[in-house]
Amino acid sequence: MPVTRNAERLVWQRRTSARQWAIWAAWFAGALLVVQCWRLMSENTIWEFVWDAPAQAGDLFVRMVPPAWPYIDKLWGPLWDTINIATLGTLLGIVLAVPVAYCAAHNTSPSPRLLRPLALLVIVSSRSINSLIWALLLVSMFGPGLLAGIVAIALRSIGFIAKLTYEALEEIDPAQVEAIAATGAGKAQVVAYGMVPQIMPAFAGMSVFRWDINIRESTVLGLVGAGGIGLQLDASIATLAWPQASVIFLLILATVIASEWVSARVRHAII
Amino acid sequence: MPEAVAARRWRPPPLIANPWLRHGLMIGAAIYLYLAINSVPVNWPRIVMGLERGAAFVAGFLSPDFVSRYDEIFEGLLESVIMTVIATVIGIALSVPVALGAARNLAPRPVYYFCRFIIASARTFQEVIIAILFVKMFGFGVLAGVATISFATIGFMAKLLAEDIEAIEPSQAEAVRATGASWLQWLNFGIQPQVLPRFIGLSLYRVDINFRESAVVGIVGAGGIGATLKTAFDRYEYGVAAAILILIIAIVMACEYSSSWIRRRVQ
Repeated sequence: MPVTRNAERLVWQRRTSARQWAIWAAWFAGALLVVQCWRLMSENTIWEFVWDAPAQAGDLFVRMVPPAWPYIDKLWGPLWDTINIATLGTLLGIVLAVPVAYCAAHNTSPSPRLLRPLALLVIVSSRSINSLIWALLLVSMFGPGLLAGIVAIALRSIGFIAKLTYEALEEIDPAQVEAIAATGAGKAQVVAYGMVPQIMPAFAGMSVFRWDINIRESTVLGLVGAGGIGLQLDASIATLAWPQASVIFLLILATVIASEWVSARVRHAII
Repeated sequence: MPEAVAARRWRPPPLIANPWLRHGLMIGAAIYLYLAINSVPVNWPRIVMGLERGAAFVAGFLSPDFVSRYDEIFEGLLESVIMTVIATVIGIALSVPVALGAARNLAPRPVYYFCRFIIASARTFQEVIIAILFVKMFGFGVLAGVATISFATIGFMAKLLAEDIEAIEPSQAEAVRATGASWLQWLNFGIQPQVLPRFIGLSLYRVDINFRESAVVGIVGAGGIGATLKTAFDRYEYGVAAAILILIIAIVMACEYSSSWIRRRVQ
């Protein structure tokens, strides 16, 4: 414990002075970084537009109210598509994530040297790239449409589900696995009766959670042409039809709240 | 007695115990899947054509083109990093008061509901939708992205911090209060030490979420690498797009490794 002598009195200090200085330097460097970033941002910002922002916000609000409610009749089809993108995308993601998770967990991986790093790379790549960017890529490959959205959601979900699943797999109780193996079970039987029941509640919970996130993400995929309600949003904003846009926002809000409620209920029932 | 043995065959217990609910859900799911899959239009010739482009993209990944659009990529990444740094700092700084207001054991009811409303509105809309509105308000550029990501950060950090504050050990806070501490001292010595380690962990986690988000908001004009990426895809320059994606993945990985290193030292 660092103690300094100050005029015949011992004074306790929490840190040594070298450590104190290191912490101070870290804060100083951090502040410098933020100030420098702010300066760079400020140079590229037209501040007149920013001071205008409250007026713009007021203008936007006036244009959005009242919402053009009759427009909602044209939105049920796109909403159905949006929900399908999220649901089918999540299902496809789950199907693809399971083998990746199996290869990534160090206690189940068939080859820890070769397949495990590869599976971890798949997980990192999938997690680093937002579903909107996956959609951008797929739309430029397969053309606009629902399919691009579904595959984009699936590709983004692989990383999330596989990461949480392989972490759950690594934390299972080995005694149960050993007990099943001791009965003479084959490799597949050990997985089915020793491992799957242990991770099933967590796996189901996180799948439903991902579905809930995917509903939210699939509402904007249409902005890059991947189908769903985002297409209508893009069209409304492009034509400055703000009363229609506000109907879409409210519908998205209702959908997200409903999906969150469903997912919370299901997770509560499972776990 | 082979029949009797066969009749007593063990089956694993199902996930949903009630058979009516279980079979009902299965039939419902089957009907839904049938309807959903049939409503997805699939254009096979277009997909076959797409597979060739997919091969071109994979080839682009194997030989990424960092050079030909070096200036745009550098500019975009710099903007993304700037956006991440400023938005994380602003978002975390603002999330603390919101979290204090949204903790049921600290705030009076009206403040509690107001702060919960802020959190809920920041969390329900996808970042890109918020970015569209901020671009309309602030004009194109990094500032709109900073505002968007700060807002999203407030929703995330304040919710988790408020839950943490609600779950603190009340006796420690009470002990500090019993010494005659003022409200600020009570916060500083009774509550802050209990939530600080997790708060630091969450903040570090938020840094790499924010970097990932900063790559997306550019698609709607809020600055950052997203605009460059969208242009690359629109021009079918898969080599450039692959280079940008590789850089994003590398930066996210670097953030994750350094944040897990810092977290281990802090906790």
